[in-house]
Amino acid sequence: MSTSAAVIKADAVEQAAYDVMVKAGIEIPDDYLGGIQAMADTEEGDLSAFVLRAMLENYEAAKQDRRAMCADTGVPRFYVKYGNEAGVEGGPVAVEHRIRRATARATHEVPLRPNRVHPLSRRDNDNNVGINAPEIEYSFEPDADWVDITTVHKGGLFGTDYRMLFPADGIDGIKRFYLDTLVAFGKRGLACQPAIVGIGLGGSKDTSVVLGKQAACLRTVGDRNPDPEIAALELELKEIGNSIGMGAMGFVGSSMVVDCHIEVGYTHTGGMPMSVHCFCLSSRRATARLFPDGRIEYRTDPQWFTPYLRRDSVDWAPGRMEAAE
Amino acid sequence: MSGMLKEVRLKTPVRDEDLRRLELGNVVYLDGLIYTGREGVYKRVLQEGMDPPEDLRALTNVNFHCSPAASVNADGSFNVGAVTATASFRFSKWLPQWFEVSGAKVIIGKGGMSEADYRSVFVPARAVYLTTVGYGTGALLGRGIRKVRAAHWLDDLGIAQAMWVLEVEKFGPLLVESDLDGNSLFERQNRIVNQGLARLYEGLKPPSLSRYGETDDRGEELIG
Repeated sequence: MSTSAAVIKADAVEQAAYDVMVKAGIEIPDDYLGGIQAMADTEEGDLSAFVLRAMLENYEAAKQDRRAMCADTGVPRFYVKYGNEAGVEGGPVAVEHRIRRATARATHEVPLRPNRVHPLSRRDNDNNVGINAPEIEYSFEPDADWVDITTVHKGGLFGTDYRMLFPADGIDGIKRFYLDTLVAFGKRGLACQPAIVGIGLGGSKDTSVVLGKQAACLRTVGDRNPDPEIAALELELKEIGNSIGMGAMGFVGSSMVVDCHIEVGYTHTGGMPMSVHCFCLSSRRATARLFPDGRIEYRTDPQWFTPYLRRDSVDWAPGRMEAAE
Repeated sequence: MSGMLKEVRLKTPVRDEDLRRLELGNVVYLDGLIYTGREGVYKRVLQEGMDPPEDLRALTNVNFHCSPAASVNADGSFNVGAVTATASFRFSKWLPQWFEVSGAKVIIGKGGMSEADYRSVFVPARAVYLTTVGYGTGALLGRGIRKVRAAHWLDDLGIAQAMWVLEVEKFGPLLVESDLDGNSLFERQNRIVNQGLARLYEGLKPPSLSRYGETDDRGEELIG
């Protein structure tokens, strides 16, 4: 791909960021909806089944009325993936500015709940914008001239935990901490399950927390990690979660985990840090891809974890590596 | 086997005899007036000693632990979209005094309180707890709001913590979480779930590094 002279307009960035805020807030993604429908059909706990049916009605009501599906906006945040050949008018500073403007505007116009306050003074700007808010995380993609903007609205209080495990704890340690988290936060439905459970394994402590959140929020129901060993563990953990005996709102049932996603990072040779995250009954995510010719395409699969992002080698030359095999 | 939950429709202010008829797990819809109040309101009234912005006893007896997804229009009117509850256990310390000051008989929220709180605080106040469903059915509850009567202390507390007085119609679904005897639906369900937990942990040895204060009692809860 040649370097294009055309740059992505800053206005388009704001439009895309605004649109994904609105879509995420109102439209439940099809992959998650399908997962909840399947659970509603098989759930045998009467209370848990009632909750799932109420949620299915709620998704419909949100779309019909064009109102947010959940009043808890969570802590809205953004994920930006830059094509290596992409250019944006005004540069990355303009991108961040436009994202902040779109966040404030969408908060007022949808409306979304202005959740973000100063942690000590509790000052609320009433627009979900403030110091370090919304967070913006970045990744890059080779041979691409587009920019992807994803937003995720995930609750911020319950359903997430972190623990430093060690190699001696092994897979058993992973299963145990996973169960600890789901049982503890599943009671009374604090985790707003059934959830897409994301697990971050490895990296540094903070990396494991970031990876786990991305695994929960940036992959779709049914998606499997390309590493067969990790994919098998994802399916096993999903099964274990649904055999706890707990369903929606912590009522007796089987609907706990819509899917389980694991992401890994190389870690300290002596450790195995792990995080668990529950993306809730209002799993809100939406992505826009901006092209240099002005087009904006919308989707619900962020396509965040690309082969490039998960690379294991010093050099990135996928074509050559395949040829050598 | 679902679809068998009993539905009840209640008018506010809710009468004592209506509350007495409620059974754990009933599905409730409300008509009338409710108001939101959470830590912002509780702190002002109970810690800073300010009078509630209107006579709550005359208004209604339903307190909703909620912050709406709302905005204020240029003409001063309100645009309320979705409405969901916030977790109630965090407000436990304020409730004994709040019942006295407000005369509330129904608390609506997320996740309930502990059975100990129901027995020692709710039962003497002749109050029950209704939990929102999901969580949360923000759009369905939002549909149930006919009108915003007032948004008190909006400038000082912000949209999330202000006291919203809401006129509602078929506001729900809500589930009866505690009854007038202080029983808790969540704790009843937890006791059943807890029976199966030992089997799940069989063979999984504890991690090499413990966490200070950690317990292995799986009957424990995070709240309270």
